[in-house]
Amino acid sequence: MYDLLIFLILLLLGYVFGQRAEKRHFRSIIEREKALRDILVFSERRIPDEDQLEGTLVSGNVVISVDFFKRFVAGLRNLVGGRVSSYESLLERARREAILRMKEAARRKGATAVWNLRLETASIHKGAQNGIGAVEVVAYGTAVRQRR
Amino acid sequence: MIVTNIETVPGMQIVKHLGLVSGNTVRSKHAGRDFMAGLKNIFGGELKGYTELLTESREEATKRMVEQARAIGANAVVNVRYSTSSVAAGAAELFAYGTAVVVE
Repeated sequence: MYDLLIFLILLLLGYVFGQRAEKRHFRSIIEREKALRDILVFSERRIPDEDQLEGTLVSGNVVISVDFFKRFVAGLRNLVGGRVSSYESLLERARREAILRMKEAARRKGATAVWNLRLETASIHKGAQNGIGAVEVVAYGTAVRQRR
Repeated sequence: MIVTNIETVPGMQIVKHLGLVSGNTVRSKHAGRDFMAGLKNIFGGELKGYTELLTESREEATKRMVEQARAIGANAVVNVRYSTSSVAAGAAELFAYGTAVVVE
């Protein structure tokens, strides 16, 4: 009985705080994306007209965890199959955040563009009984600026 | 030391290839961070402790790669890639590798 009560409380806490945290995170992502829009990002490897440029590696990473409610929903979804939208939004947040942090690092170096963007995803907490839990996304690329 | 993840160094010519260099580090999280992560698993959100841990580890792997490149007389590393693999529950390996070159 108490177990069930605790479970329901956790579910409710996860829902309330998780939703709020996600909304806030998306708002901040959209805001910062606007501010960093002038730094262009390409997944192309060859830089045109590279004679007057200099480049350096920049990277950004983030580890985000999914809340208790969403993990429960994803567990239910596992029974019937189909889109697991709670993990989709988790990965989207993580990827956009990682790219933003990479762009921030590029800006600190005075760069105007980032070439050969690579994204890599790793799941943390592998082996724990409750499955995925958290993901890490790292974004890296070569930031270029005008030679001084 | 210039590090890039494209085949060239922008604005410079590669005059000599010195072969593959790599650096790795295996890190595990400590109990305090694990406890906070447990809380975050209920509420959701960023696990700042883990983010920092992985950033540090990646820097460490890159540093080792750069040291190796310097030891064989390179002044740049091109085509750098990162990779992550979990060795055991609670420990992860961060690996960085690239081609050591001399540029002018």
